[in-house]
Amino acid sequence: MAKIECPKCGEQIETTGIVTVCPKCGADLREVVEALGHERNERMKTIVRDDSVTTHEFIVRTRGLKKIYVMGEVEVLALRDINLDVRRGEYLSIMGPSGSGKSTLFNMIGGLDKPTAGRCFIEEVDMAQLDAFELAWLRCRKIGYIFQTFNLIPVMTAIENVTLPMIFAGMGTDEMMERGRELLTLVGLGDRLDHKPYELSGGQQQRVAVARALANSPAIVLADEPTGNLDLHTGKEIIDLLKELNQASGVTVISATHDLKMIDVSDRVVHIRDGQVERIEHRHEIELEVGGMGG
Amino acid sequence: MLDVEGLVRMSRTSGEEEIKIQRQITLPWSEAIRISIRNVTIRLGRTLITSAGIVLGIAFLSSVWTGGVIQDGLQQARHEQEQELIAATARNQAESDSDETETSFTISEQERRAQSSKRIWLVVMSLLVCGVGITNAMLMSVTERFREIGTMKCLGALDSFIVRLFLIEAAALGLLGSLAGMLLGHIAMIGVFAIRERTLSVVAKMDWGRMLMYLLLCVLIGTALSLISAIAPAVRAARMRPAAALQTEI
Repeated sequence: MAKIECPKCGEQIETTGIVTVCPKCGADLREVVEALGHERNERMKTIVRDDSVTTHEFIVRTRGLKKIYVMGEVEVLALRDINLDVRRGEYLSIMGPSGSGKSTLFNMIGGLDKPTAGRCFIEEVDMAQLDAFELAWLRCRKIGYIFQTFNLIPVMTAIENVTLPMIFAGMGTDEMMERGRELLTLVGLGDRLDHKPYELSGGQQQRVAVARALANSPAIVLADEPTGNLDLHTGKEIIDLLKELNQASGVTVISATHDLKMIDVSDRVVHIRDGQVERIEHRHEIELEVGGMGG
Repeated sequence: MLDVEGLVRMSRTSGEEEIKIQRQITLPWSEAIRISIRNVTIRLGRTLITSAGIVLGIAFLSSVWTGGVIQDGLQQARHEQEQELIAATARNQAESDSDETETSFTISEQERRAQSSKRIWLVVMSLLVCGVGITNAMLMSVTERFREIGTMKCLGALDSFIVRLFLIEAAALGLLGSLAGMLLGHIAMIGVFAIRERTLSVVAKMDWGRMLMYLLLCVLIGTALSLISAIAPAVRAARMRPAAALQTEI
């Protein structure tokens, strides 16, 4: 993804942070790689920052969230009674089998659908009280969405996809292109700016989607099965990217998933079954469990 | 570039801290036009199919009107010839044939009336064909992009942005399609008459003032029809909740 230069022999080496020894002269590269990682972290911090003026402990809160879908004459109870508090800067995974209501919950938190009953607060603002203009502003500036099917606009190039939310945010053209380029470079697609989605692989498309989600420095990144359409390896890459973003910039990541790879990086895992919170696991508990199994 | 910051409103929560939730308002016209035109040019194949409906409908309308104007021109020319002939015969035969000329005149008047009602019928029919074709094309082109619309709403697009994008697209499609259709019908009809009369003089005998008015009307009708028929599906799509729009599969 990034190129580093061996300090001894000047060899250009492509690295994703795993290479520690120069393949040509065998020089120790750990320092160079570390410096690169540090630089990348710094860049991430400046480009993707949660610039919220408030510092509420909970960025998302739901109270008694209930959703009933009416399909013909049948009523489907998708969410029963969800009470969930998400801390600022947390990496939260919502897990559950398909049909458990995790996508419905994702839609409620993201302001993409209205609950039948109950409330959902984003930074202590009740979403039910927002009008269309305010809701659009919230979606544009505060929340970044990542979908299972990527949902890039097919006729637009990578950079156009990334800059679209910035157009809505009223950013100037030059600033917008500059930021778009920075974001795409950050996700490792600096050389694919003018590619259309169909010219990119699934993993690359999802990277564009991640960059787009970060367009207006959101406080929350919402991901609905971000690895669902990807193979194991690319899925892991996307998860790592999200975790990296979460750690470097403090952006809150909420991800609906049934990908077990997510558990490793999550601060908390909320298990949902039949539209209810079944149990909540904390990171240290999971680690204990894994450790216990290993020993 | 338009860059109007939204009206800053304090949140309406009961908490002591106040959060600025603003109002979303920007999609500059320049950007909207750029996006729409790109949409039209990039999906060229799809665009051509959509506009084929408009082109064919307007070509029909244009050919009916062109045919009418040409026929009128020919009739006028024939009538003048007849008048000359009658005048010549009248000079020869003096006063005896005055009754007969009157009857021939009434017959041609009746014919003309029948012809004009047939023509109105044809115009109404072609307008209907146009309308149905264009509505269907627009409906399809909006419906197949529900997901895209849902995505745009997630990125912060207001309903009005979506409607604006689709209306610009419909107007561009309507204008280009009806221009092409108008020319197609016009040229085809002139061709038909030129072959039938075995002379290109039909063009010279036409009332060009009236013809141009009809051609302009063709373009106007085509554009207006595609705009009108795009409004309903565009508004419906824009009003969908993002969650619902994202779930649609075609």
